[in-house]
Amino acid sequence: MKATVVVRPKQGILDPQGEAVQGSLRHLGFAVDAARIGRVVDLDVEAADAADVRAQVERMCEQLLANPLIESYEIDLQENGA
Amino acid sequence: MTSPQPRIGVVTFPGSQDDRDALWALAALDAEAVPVWHADDELPDLDAIVLPGGFSYGDYLRCGAIARFSPAMAAVAGFAADGGLVLGICNGFQILCEAGLLPGVLRPNQSLAFICRDVRVRVERSDTPFTARCEPGQELVIPVKHGEGSWFYPEQALPELEASGAVVLRYAEPCNGSVADVAGVVNAAGNVMGLMPHPEHAVDPLLGSADGALLLASLVDAARDRALAVV
Repeated sequence: MKATVVVRPKQGILDPQGEAVQGSLRHLGFAVDAARIGRVVDLDVEAADAADVRAQVERMCEQLLANPLIESYEIDLQENGA
Repeated sequence: MTSPQPRIGVVTFPGSQDDRDALWALAALDAEAVPVWHADDELPDLDAIVLPGGFSYGDYLRCGAIARFSPAMAAVAGFAADGGLVLGICNGFQILCEAGLLPGVLRPNQSLAFICRDVRVRVERSDTPFTARCEPGQELVIPVKHGEGSWFYPEQALPELEASGAVVLRYAEPCNGSVADVAGVVNAAGNVMGLMPHPEHAVDPLLGSADGALLLASLVDAARDRALAVV
C-alpha cells in the first residue's frame, strides 16, 4: 500500500527557506503573506491492512522521518492502483 | 610513573571528512588516536570517543539522522550510558542531537548560507571534561564551517535547560542564528558534549589559532585520568 508523509516545520519555528521563497514570490508580484517549506516522502509499504500501514508509518515518522522538536507530520494512505 | 597515552577513538562514517584531522590533532596532543569504522558494532578499548565533522550519509533527510542508526553509534550510545567521554564536532554534534544524547537539534543557518570562517566563542563553563583547560568567560577563536549549525531548542523549555548548565560554549559574535547563541552543549551527566566549531582545525598557531587545543587537550587530560583510574 502506498503512503504519503508530509513533514512540515512546526508552527512558530523559523523557516528561513520559506521566508526566502516568500520574498521571491512577492518580488514576482504575487501577494504571498507566508510560505513554509516541508518535505514529502512517498512510501510503498508491505502490510496486512490500512491500520497496519498507518501504525508502521507512524513509527517511521517518530523514529526517523520527522524530528519532533521542530517538525510535525501528516500521513495519507492510498490503496494500490488508486 | 609515566603518564599513559589515553586511547581516543574517532569514528569514520561514510561522508566524514574531518576524521583524519581529528586523529592528527589528538595524536599531536599526546593521545593514542584510534580510528573506528561506522560499521563496527563493538568498540575497541577506548578512554574517549570523538565523532568528527563531515556529511555523514550525505546529510540526507536531516544532518545526522541516518548516522545515528549506524552500528558504531549503538556502541557509542552504550559507551556514553556507561559514563564514557564523547565529543561530537559539527556533524558529530548533529548526530548526538539526533540520537537524543544531547538536547536540541541543528537547523539550517538563518542566513541559508554556508558559513566558513573563524568565530569567537565564549566558554560558559570550565568545570567539564571538555573545557577544564579554559577559564569561565574566556573567548576562543575557532573556525566554523557548516550550512546547518543553527542550534534550536523550544523557547519555553530553554530557561530550565540553561539553569541546568547545559550550555558550555556561546558565540561571542553573530554566527548562524542559534537560539541563545549556543555553540556547544553538554548532557546532564557531563560526559557528552557537542559543538559546531572545529577545535581540531585550531591546534597550532600555523593554522591561525591554537585555541581549539585547549578543548581537545582538556578531553585528553580527562581521558588520561580515566585510563589511570582503570589501571
